[in-house]
Amino acid sequence: MVLIADLAVQGTEMLLVLCLAPLLTGFVRKVKAHLLRRRGPSLIQPYRDLLRLLRKEVVLADNASWLFCAIPYLIFAATWVAASLVPTFATGLLFSWSADLIAITALLGSARFFLALAGLDAGTSFGGIGASREMMVATLAEPAMLMIVFTLALLAGSTQLSNLAGFMLSPQIGLRVSLGLALVALLMVALAENGRIPIDNPATHLELTMVHEAMVLEYSGRHLALIELAASLKLLLTLSLIVCVFIPWGLSPAGSGVAERFIGIAVYLLKLVLGGFLLALFETSIAKMRVFRVPQFLGAALMLGLLGTLLLFVSRSL
Amino acid sequence: MPSAVGALSATATVITLWCVVGFLAMAFMAVAACVLCRLRDPLPIVSSPDVSSLANGAQPQHNGTPFIYGLCAFVSLLILAAALASLLSGAGGGEVVLPLGLPFVGAHFRIDSLAAFFLIVVNLGGFGASLYGIGYGRHEHEPARVLPFFPAFLAGMNLVVMAHDAFTFLFAWELMSLASWALVMAHHRQPGNARAGFVYLVMAVLGTLMLFLTFGLLAGTVGDYSFSAIRAHPVSTPLAGAVLGLALLGTGSKAGLVPLHVWLPLAHPAAPSHVSALMSGVMTKVAIYAFIRLVFDLLGPPDWWWGMPVMALGAATAVLGILYAMEETDLKGILAYSTIENIGVIFVGLGLALAFKANALPVAAALALTAGLFHIFNHALFKSVLFFGAGAVLTATGLRRLDLLGGLIHRLPVTAPLFLAACLAISALPPLNGFASEWLIFQSILLSPQLPQWGMKLLVPTVGALLALAAALAAACFVRVFGIVFLGRPRSAVASEAREVDRWSLGAMTGGVGLCLLAGILPGVFIDGMAPAVAALIGARMPPQTSLQWLSIVPVAESRSSYNGLLVFLFSALSAGLAAWAIRRFGSHVTRRAPVWDCGFPDPSPVTQYSAASFAQPIRRVFGGLVFGARERVEMPAPGDLAAAKISVTRHDFIWEGIYEPVTRMVLLAASVFDRTQALTIRHYLGFVFLALIGLLMVPALWS
Repeated sequence: MVLIADLAVQGTEMLLVLCLAPLLTGFVRKVKAHLLRRRGPSLIQPYRDLLRLLRKEVVLADNASWLFCAIPYLIFAATWVAASLVPTFATGLLFSWSADLIAITALLGSARFFLALAGLDAGTSFGGIGASREMMVATLAEPAMLMIVFTLALLAGSTQLSNLAGFMLSPQIGLRVSLGLALVALLMVALAENGRIPIDNPATHLELTMVHEAMVLEYSGRHLALIELAASLKLLLTLSLIVCVFIPWGLSPAGSGVAERFIGIAVYLLKLVLGGFLLALFETSIAKMRVFRVPQFLGAALMLGLLGTLLLFVSRSL
Repeated sequence: MPSAVGALSATATVITLWCVVGFLAMAFMAVAACVLCRLRDPLPIVSSPDVSSLANGAQPQHNGTPFIYGLCAFVSLLILAAALASLLSGAGGGEVVLPLGLPFVGAHFRIDSLAAFFLIVVNLGGFGASLYGIGYGRHEHEPARVLPFFPAFLAGMNLVVMAHDAFTFLFAWELMSLASWALVMAHHRQPGNARAGFVYLVMAVLGTLMLFLTFGLLAGTVGDYSFSAIRAHPVSTPLAGAVLGLALLGTGSKAGLVPLHVWLPLAHPAAPSHVSALMSGVMTKVAIYAFIRLVFDLLGPPDWWWGMPVMALGAATAVLGILYAMEETDLKGILAYSTIENIGVIFVGLGLALAFKANALPVAAALALTAGLFHIFNHALFKSVLFFGAGAVLTATGLRRLDLLGGLIHRLPVTAPLFLAACLAISALPPLNGFASEWLIFQSILLSPQLPQWGMKLLVPTVGALLALAAALAAACFVRVFGIVFLGRPRSAVASEAREVDRWSLGAMTGGVGLCLLAGILPGVFIDGMAPAVAALIGARMPPQTSLQWLSIVPVAESRSSYNGLLVFLFSALSAGLAAWAIRRFGSHVTRRAPVWDCGFPDPSPVTQYSAASFAQPIRRVFGGLVFGARERVEMPAPGDLAAAKISVTRHDFIWEGIYEPVTRMVLLAASVFDRTQALTIRHYLGFVFLALIGLLMVPALWS
């Protein structure tokens, strides 16, 4: 019985992230439009886009291989699994222990690996430019992310996200320098991981400045729908990760009742609205940077993460 | 029943020794077969056998190739079984002494759990390479240059692992070096290979010299060179530091530790591909075995600082190796450089284990050492598959340069997914095995705030960051390799006409990938398998993993961290399947082929694709300035000038220019100075002999 309830909660969580992801993307777009004094598309426009893409035929490049067709499914799977491992409204889910924060980072790395391969598959120059730049960004973003994981794990004594969130709720936590460094670094890495301004522009139509969009240039129809959905999921995942670690209040612990679960969901939605609004605000107030400024930006994130880890090696109380 | 267990271990040793004899017999058989074949129909003298002769269409010659490789595979399998039995039964004793080698000393052999683990690695690699060789060897131009040395090489590696006294060890070490050198020189007429062989020989001699000194110091004035005697008389503290340094130099030069790696990216690609797989996947591991044997076993209890140079060198090796790989444009060269990276990762694990062991933290030490050993096993697997894949590309096209390949996924439909799986594994991506072992190393780094020393507190986080950087760079590197070689459009006519390779080669690759997946989703089984070796060296082991729920792995405690490769794999497969089903059910499944879009500017010429160099350019712009002193110069023609724009890159290899070139210059200078002593009269030489005698006599006089 307990197992069934646990399974139900886990299933709800997986469905919730899947259904919420396009909404978050739509919300960020809407807020950005409002901030620019436009009306912007409707909140559910991303759903409509996805359905439209799903119904359309796939136009495949002549020399695209079987891998090109398989990659959208692989990317979607890796991202969805990673997203369902992050505690959104509840901690201690049934399968939350099957992968820790390092594994979640690596799952996102797998998705990126495949996406970069997709960019190279058609043999076009734009796909190549996207793939090579994406991997350049990743070579700095991934170690920075791992250093953030190290900082958090050293503090909490665990790389499991549920335990991490639990530690953040406990009275042992106070204002710490290392935590602040980790937060700043995490925000920087999150922007890079999701290809947001100032690293990459998700709404760009200028080919030479594209990174993510350049890799998916050859995709169409259901393949594109899966990739778009995975991108939305990744945004949701990153935001959930940040709020789960730094604003863990309202997470329902393992074994709590239905009412608590619903409160958890409500609080989670509130956090997402807040996070999405802040993201939109940040994106409208800053310009995209040149590609070769990105390493400096991410290098700073890496150094902040390393500094946080070093501080904790020196003393647990910093 | 200790005696029964000891007897079992001794049996395993005897079986393995007979197998080694079998290898050596095969080497002689191969020589005989080659001589007979040569007598029967003399080979035409080939003036310049270039690589393209390897491509389809070259006349295959047999010379009993399948027979020799088949026998090698069989014997490797025998040793594998013996080693597995000995590792799983946890046998410790059982020394076998043969009346060979030095008089009154004999040759000591013993398979303890550490040796058994490494025998498994060696013979798993040997089995795969032999299987692959059955198919690949048919394309060999001069099998007489490969066949005799291949079994000898396997024999040498097995003997190194089994040897239990210094003389036997060094003898086997040299057998391994010389046999592999001969294999490197198999295609000696190809440009660059002779130089590769020479550099390899010099570095091998240097390494062996260091090992000679190491054993000299270890044996001390007692002069007993058997390992049990050395273990019984640990050296004093200041000497132990010197031994550690010498051991690092001696084994590091064979393993490819920076800055002693220079021979590796030259020699490994020069050998035939299945030998490259053995050298990269297995021989470097034998060198690491030597390091573990010397430092963890023979040198006695470690000092706290021993871990520091090991870790620092390991981290530097990891990052430099993979950055070199990013710059390389030769397929096998990239794989060789990536071996250097993985050796670095392994040494970081070993350094951490040393540090934990010195600080009496056995649980953490066991975790770090297990991580290192697991990575050794994993790297042997996926690097073998990658070299087999490179060999398949070579067989199919005759090309190794990335910039001439492309689009092979259409022409090699079986090799491509296997190579891709190995790329995923080496890039440390879940759910494959590379991730499992790197995850363990990261977990052991997270335990290291317990180390009390300040040096460690500052070093370990930096090492962790460098390791993370190396892992991310490895992913970029293997996107580049797979993307340029297998994806896109063919960049040369040969690449567009490639044909899939034979079944033996594909079988060897499939087996390797299957084991990679198995080790990735069930790491607990492998960790438990290694536990006896770890327990023998550390005195503690990781908690048993296979009894855990859902077959997940928990290095220390479940509240700290856990990982379940099986569930991650199943969940990913399930989600992908679900998505595919949902789309098939509710969405459109119409697919239309059309010309590539490319924003409306597709260019039919394949050179407009991203090349290996252009893919690496952003990363070179980030790291190259610091590491290689790389400078890019763009020559733009003046407005109105119709000349082509040019970009040129200058790079420096600081290690080669800073260490090896000065040393070479000094050697040449010394040679020219001593050249004068070559033409003296007999009186001068008699004088030299006399002086040398006096000098030698002075030594014992001053010593006592």
